[in-house]
Amino acid sequence: MANDPIHQFQIARWIPIDVGGIDLSFTNSSFFMVATVAVASAFLYLTSSNRGLIPTRLQSVSEMAYEFVASTLRDSAGTAGMRFFPFVFSLFMFVLTANVLGLFPYFYTVTSQIIVTFALAILVIGTVLVYGFAKHGFKFLGVFVPSGVPAALLLLVVPIEIISFLSRPISLSVRLFANMLAGHITLKVFAGFVVSLGSLGALGIGGAILPLIMTVAITGLEFLVAFLQAYVFTVLACMYLNDAVHPGGH
Amino acid sequence: MFVSSAQAASTTAQTETPAHAETAAPGAAPDAHGTATHSETGVAHKGVFPPFDSSHFASQLLWLALTFAFFYLFLSRVVLPRIGGIIETRRDRIATDLDQAARMKQESDEALAAYEQELAEAKQKAGGIAQKARDESKAKADAETAEISAALEKKLADAEASIASIKDKAMAGVGAIAEETATEIVKKIIGGTVDKASVTAAVKAVRG
Repeated sequence: MANDPIHQFQIARWIPIDVGGIDLSFTNSSFFMVATVAVASAFLYLTSSNRGLIPTRLQSVSEMAYEFVASTLRDSAGTAGMRFFPFVFSLFMFVLTANVLGLFPYFYTVTSQIIVTFALAILVIGTVLVYGFAKHGFKFLGVFVPSGVPAALLLLVVPIEIISFLSRPISLSVRLFANMLAGHITLKVFAGFVVSLGSLGALGIGGAILPLIMTVAITGLEFLVAFLQAYVFTVLACMYLNDAVHPGGH
Repeated sequence: MFVSSAQAASTTAQTETPAHAETAAPGAAPDAHGTATHSETGVAHKGVFPPFDSSHFASQLLWLALTFAFFYLFLSRVVLPRIGGIIETRRDRIATDLDQAARMKQESDEALAAYEQELAEAKQKAGGIAQKARDESKAKADAETAEISAALEKKLADAEASIASIKDKAMAGVGAIAEETATEIVKKIIGGTVDKASVTAAVKAVRG
């Protein structure tokens, strides 16, 4: 069981809660959602509590995250898109913290659950749809009609645009989920090689060095992936939110 | 939907169990039956890949909604205004500092210009004073030079006049001496008397 690379994704009920036949238990996954929020909130809150004119190191980390997300959002959705800044910043910090926390041994990776990433993606697309229709009414459907396309081609282009719009939450959620899942499985498999080769005696221990090096290297890579996927998720969320703000601006 | 599929799985398992019992050895039958019931009732959905296990979806969604909603509210109400405020304050401070620096630079430039202008004026004034003093002293010197040279010329003229009168007097004396001398010389050489008129004529002829 210890060598089963899938075991790390198993959900365990810590506090069973059952409401009307629906299982709402507090699980290890729930705990790490709480931990993610607690760690990210505490970091941002405590590092900015000095309000230093000259920032300390940690305060400048918080400020960098703020400026980074703000410039990403402003670049893709303009100043009108800045109304979504708290939402996008929360998304970025949540995904980033969850990804990084998941890299600690024995910690649960919240973002390796397709339902979690899918819920976040639906939240983004839902925000786009609700805000887009509330702000622009039926003009929001202009998202599906690229400007400068001949009328005859529109018959072909509009369905493609609709399909691409509908596939956005799937691609957005599967990208994050699959990256985290695959990374953790790879890490576990190589780490498993170290253990099983190491138990084979002297020759095995010599042979175990290779997967050990791989494990270390992949751990480094996974930190990059953890940040990169949070960034990609945020950038795509910003681009989708741009549609809500400027539906004709294709 | 999931419950129905689980029930379907359990019914097929139960219907298959007797067939297994018939074909397998009698001793193995209870074992096979035992594992089958275990997979139904014990650890639910053992074979399902955990991320796709829909029995936890409701709990995941609830806790995600709770935690993310709290996170969003906390960030948008407390943290982001604070960090935004810090950055804004710093930007304002830098802008005012730059303004102040620009103003101070302008002030110092103005002071420098005023200083240079005053310096130029002072130089001009000093030049004027020096020129005036030079002119005055030159005029004075010229006047003195003229006065002195006039006095000198007068003295020179006086001296020349006195020299000329002395010379005339001396020249006038020369004729008489020459006549006397000539008379004496002639007396001594020839003896007898000498005609005074002829001596005077001879001296006159010699002196031209």
